[in-house]
Amino acid sequence: MPRLEDKVVLLSGGASGIGAATARLVVREGGKAVLADRDEAKGRAIASELGAAAHFVLLDVAQEASWQAAVAAAVEKFGGLHGLLNAAGIGVRNDIESCTLKEYRRVNDINSLGTFLGCKASITAMRESGGGSIVNISSVLGLRGAAHAVAYSASKGAVRSLTKNVALHCAQMKYNIRCNSVHPGYIDTPMIAPRFDQNVENMTGRQFLEELHPLGRLGRPEEVANMILFLLSDESTFSTGSEFVCDGGLTA
Amino acid sequence: MVSADMSGELSGRVAIVTGGASGIGAAAATLLAGAGATVIVADLQEAKAGAGRFVAHDVASEDSWKVLLADVLGREGRLDIMVNNAGISGGSGNIETTTVENWQKVQAVDSEGVFLGSKYAIEGMKKTGPGKPAIRGSIVNISSIAGLIGSAGPTAYTAAKGAVRLLSKSVALYCAEQKYDIRCNSVHPGGVDTAIFNPLWQMVGHEQGKAFIGARHPIGRMSEASELGEVVLFLASDRSSFVTGAEIVADGAITSGLMRRSLLAAP
Repeated sequence: MPRLEDKVVLLSGGASGIGAATARLVVREGGKAVLADRDEAKGRAIASELGAAAHFVLLDVAQEASWQAAVAAAVEKFGGLHGLLNAAGIGVRNDIESCTLKEYRRVNDINSLGTFLGCKASITAMRESGGGSIVNISSVLGLRGAAHAVAYSASKGAVRSLTKNVALHCAQMKYNIRCNSVHPGYIDTPMIAPRFDQNVENMTGRQFLEELHPLGRLGRPEEVANMILFLLSDESTFSTGSEFVCDGGLTA
Repeated sequence: MVSADMSGELSGRVAIVTGGASGIGAAAATLLAGAGATVIVADLQEAKAGAGRFVAHDVASEDSWKVLLADVLGREGRLDIMVNNAGISGGSGNIETTTVENWQKVQAVDSEGVFLGSKYAIEGMKKTGPGKPAIRGSIVNISSIAGLIGSAGPTAYTAAKGAVRLLSKSVALYCAEQKYDIRCNSVHPGGVDTAIFNPLWQMVGHEQGKAFIGARHPIGRMSEASELGEVVLFLASDRSSFVTGAEIVADGAITSGLMRRSLLAAP
C-alpha cells in the first residue's frame, strides 16, 4: 500500500532541491503534491512531469496573502490538506560584523517568517481535513552555530523553536496536527552549488563541504526527502515537536 | 543571594546593559556596578533608582545603537561588557492568532535588537584602546528556556529566543576565529519575578501568581531577578574566561525533566 495514499501535501520550495525531491516521493507514494515556489517555470515543469497528482502554485513565502491563496488552491484542486513541507529558504553567508540589519531581516523574513506563515495558513485546512503533519526544514545550523552564517543560523534556530511551539499548541488544542523540524547537513542542492568551485583551504568548496561530514560526502536531496516522507506519513504518528537530523554524522 | 566578593574585580571596565532599568537588567546593572564596572543603563525609560548612568535607547533602532555607542566611547573611552537583556513577550499570541505585525514587532526587539547589540558591541570593543588595557570582552545575550524546549506560549517570542540561541553561537565562533578576545554566551532563565509577568499579576495577584508559576518549576519557586543577575555577572567577568558559545541555563530544573506546562498559560 502506498505510504501517502490520498494525502494532499503542500510543499514550499517545491521547484528545487529538497522540496522537489519530496514532491516526487509524495506522488510516487500515492499522495497529491502541490508545488509552491517563486520559480514558476521550474515549478510548472516538475508538476507537469509528475502528472495529474501534482499541481503548481506561485508562492512568495514572506506574504501572508500568498500563503492563504496557496492553501486555498491546494484544497480546491485536491479536496483537502494533510501535509505541509516548509522547504523554501535561502542560504546566505555573512558574519556578525558584515551582516547588515537589512540582510538579517531579509534572511529571517524568508526562512523564519515564511515558515511561521506556512504553519499559520495551513492549520485550519488541516483540521477540516481531519488532521495532518507539518515538516519544517531547519538545518544543522539550527542546532550548532557557524561563524559565517549569522543570519541563516539565527533564522534556523527560530524555525527549530517555532516548530516546538506549533507542535505543543496543536497538541493542547487536540487538532491531530503534528509538527517536526528536519535538520539536514550540507545537501547537494542549488542552494549551496555556488560554493562548489570556490577555493577553501586548498580544496574546492565541494571537497571542503564533503569532508566536514564524517560520511565524507554531501547528502542527496532524496535522502532528506525519505526522512520527510516518514514524517508526513502515518508511520510517525507519535512524533511531534522533535528534531530529526539528517547530516551524515556532522553533529555527532 | 550571597555573591563571592567581586568588589573591584571589574574596575576600569565599561558595561552596557539594555533593558537595564528593570528586571534582570536592573539586577545585572547593580551587580556589575558593585564589582567595580562603569555601567550604562540603556533603556526606553529611566529607572527610579538606577545603578549606572542612564541613556535613552531603543534596541530595535540601528540609529539608536549608533548614538549609544558614540556616547559611551566618547565619555568612557571603552566598552568591555554588553548585556543584551531588553526583550518583550509581545503578548500571548499562538500560531493561529499571532499577526504578521505582532511577529515583526517582537522580532525587531528580541531578535534584531540582540543582533544589533552584538554587532555594535564588537565595534565598540574593537575601538577600545590603543594605550588602554586589552579588552577581555564579553557579550551576554538573554534568551529563555523557550529558546531550548519550546512552549505553547507566545509564538513570536519563542521563535525569537530560538534565534538568539543560535545567533550567540555564531557570534562566539566568529570572534574566536578572528582572535578578538570577545566571548559570547546565551542565558536561558525559567520564570523570573519580573514585569514580563505583569498581565498574570494583574489577573490573580502577585503572590498567588508567583506560587502558580513557581509550582511549575521542579525547584518549587520562581527565581528572583538577582539570581539571574549573578549569572550575568559570572559571564561578564574573567571567571568565565573559557566559557563561550555556551547556553547557560538557570531555570530551577524546568528543562532537566519532562515537565512541559507553559509558564505563560493562564491559571
